Amino acid sequence: MNVWDTVFPYLLSGISVGGQYALIAIGYTMVYGILRLINFAHGDVFMVAGIVMVYIASSGLPIWVCIPLVLLITVFVGFLIERVAYKPLRSAPRMSVMISAIGVSYALQNLVLYVTGGLNKQYPTIPWISDTVVIGPAKTKLVTVITPILVIALVVALVLLINKTKIGMAMRAVSKDFETSQLMGIKINNVISATFIIGSFLAGVGSILYFTNYPTVIQTSGAMPGLKAFVAAVFGGIGSIPGAVIGAFIIGIMENIIKGLDVILFKAGIISGPMGLATFSDAFTFALLIVILIVKPTGLFGEKVTDKV
Amino acid sequence: MKKKNNIGSYITLGVVILIYAAVFIAEQTIPSTSMLFTVLKKGATYALVAVSMNLLNGFTGIFSLGQAGFMLIGAYIYGIFTIPVSMRGQVYQYFDGGLVQFTLPIIIAMILGGLAAAFFAFLIGLPVLRLKSDYLAIATLGFAEIVRAIFQWNGLGPVTNGSNMLRSFPNFNDFNITDAQGNVTVYLSTLIPFIMSGICILIIVLLINSSYGRAFKAIRDDEVAAEAMGINLAHHKRLAFCISSFFAGVSGAMLAMYQTTVQAKSFTSAMTYEILLIVVIGGIGSVTGSVLSSFLFVACSEWWLRFLDEQQMIGDFQVPLLRNGFRLVVFSVIIMIVVLFFRRGIMGDRELWNLNFTGRRKNKGDGK
Repeated sequence: MNVWDTVFPYLLSGISVGGQYALIAIGYTMVYGILRLINFAHGDVFMVAGIVMVYIASSGLPIWVCIPLVLLITVFVGFLIERVAYKPLRSAPRMSVMISAIGVSYALQNLVLYVTGGLNKQYPTIPWISDTVVIGPAKTKLVTVITPILVIALVVALVLLINKTKIGMAMRAVSKDFETSQLMGIKINNVISATFIIGSFLAGVGSILYFTNYPTVIQTSGAMPGLKAFVAAVFGGIGSIPGAVIGAFIIGIMENIIKGLDVILFKAGIISGPMGLATFSDAFTFALLIVILIVKPTGLFGEKVTDKV
Repeated sequence: MKKKNNIGSYITLGVVILIYAAVFIAEQTIPSTSMLFTVLKKGATYALVAVSMNLLNGFTGIFSLGQAGFMLIGAYIYGIFTIPVSMRGQVYQYFDGGLVQFTLPIIIAMILGGLAAAFFAFLIGLPVLRLKSDYLAIATLGFAEIVRAIFQWNGLGPVTNGSNMLRSFPNFNDFNITDAQGNVTVYLSTLIPFIMSGICILIIVLLINSSYGRAFKAIRDDEVAAEAMGINLAHHKRLAFCISSFFAGVSGAMLAMYQTTVQAKSFTSAMTYEILLIVVIGGIGSVTGSVLSSFLFVACSEWWLRFLDEQQMIGDFQVPLLRNGFRLVVFSVIIMIVVLFFRRGIMGDRELWNLNFTGRRKNKGDGK
């Protein structure tokens, strides 16, 4: 068994997780592009989508009803959060909005804690994408293969939406200059709502893919993927959709390689015993964040901003 | 103006002395199992960390979310250096009793915890403090997660006990004075944390009112103008960051004493969010507000809203919705209302000693 056979499964699940992060990261990057707000509640929207699926699936509805219903509810949650928690603070300092986002995140987690009783919920098995497939040396679920394809399809659709449609043009205008676009007759609130709707929809899709691989949901299970997706968005240059996707894939792959680093190094004969390096798979993401912020604060594809006094 | 300030200071001093006396008396008379003392101990701990966060977020305008990481450092340093040598074999059972084979006095271990936190703050501050508002927030949040991972790593197990918990170190109850039979003669387990965090908060208040404090506020209000006035931005930001982290470390040590055990995995970003919400509820830029809201926050979440978690009957009518966790839902709704509609919090940016005592009287509550 050569080293590649050991690395390959980790690489594969890295690509899969990366795609799931990418779907969340787009929500972050779009909201940041328009409102200049780190939507801390976005990871929790992702988690809520998982919980909603658990409850809807347990009601016995067929799966082709469940999935659209989950996406619809997720979109509604995202829309509602914006209307209730961010819209009243439109003219407030940015810090207040960010605090409000943290408050929403806290509230969503507590609400889910109340509904579930704080127990791990088993995510329903979705047919077809949970099937096992064998690719080269790795045995995995079909979702691992579907994720990157689906992500690329969705991103292409999204880029087309932003570049070719009227609402997309409005979004680009608002992200360039909030006030001028308002003067040009763009209905800011509709644009912002549309942004949150798109972001939540993608988070909903991401949650279906993610929880097929990690099949338990608890109120805190959105926090870590949320933070990592945000790091991915910063890494790729916040405000840039292709950047967020590439950043997410890089982070997903690196993270899974580190998870398997003990095994890989052992197989390669570099170390003789386990070193527990898997502990650092989360820390690595944040270390990468700090490095990128120091070296190139605007990220891979971010635009340069100059401060005016 | 000067005179009014003096009156305010005297009244504040009086209130603080009264509170300390009340705490002392309550502790001797009320059974020590009462929830009141849990709230007071945890409240004193949170008050210190909230004030330290306010020093950064409210007074210097540095939006940092690394508080849980610095508390973790303080808590671990305290734990590592105060576990009695005789207990180390048990605590470090997977690491042959650990590397550290001596104990330090409690106070020195606490200060060491603070210094360690400040040292890490210095290191991380070098690159991170150049960043602006939300980038800084996310970078410090990331730093806290990195610290959490490092302390959980089994490679450092002989020092940090890996992912296992530290325990058996002196806690608040060890401050009670006992007689030869082990019966408690004088209860001090609540007064001591009050004194600890009181001293620390006093130091922070003195700092805020010094020329450094005025420089911090100038940076908060307008960085460019402050720099033009000759304030060294990098130096002052680093100073505020290190001092705030020092006190976060000390409060981490106090939290360790309160919890009697320390485990890295409990210092999550959710903890930082909680502290941030305390600061916001109290009023960003008010020490009194932070202290007040710490006690309110802890009292609500640990004590006053507890009834919401149990089934209640009014006559024959069973109140709906009440079950485990409902308290937190109500609590988050209250917090959201404060965040959305009372953005200035309880105190805004006013302080107890600056309130106009001759005219409109404000409630003095249980602040210090």
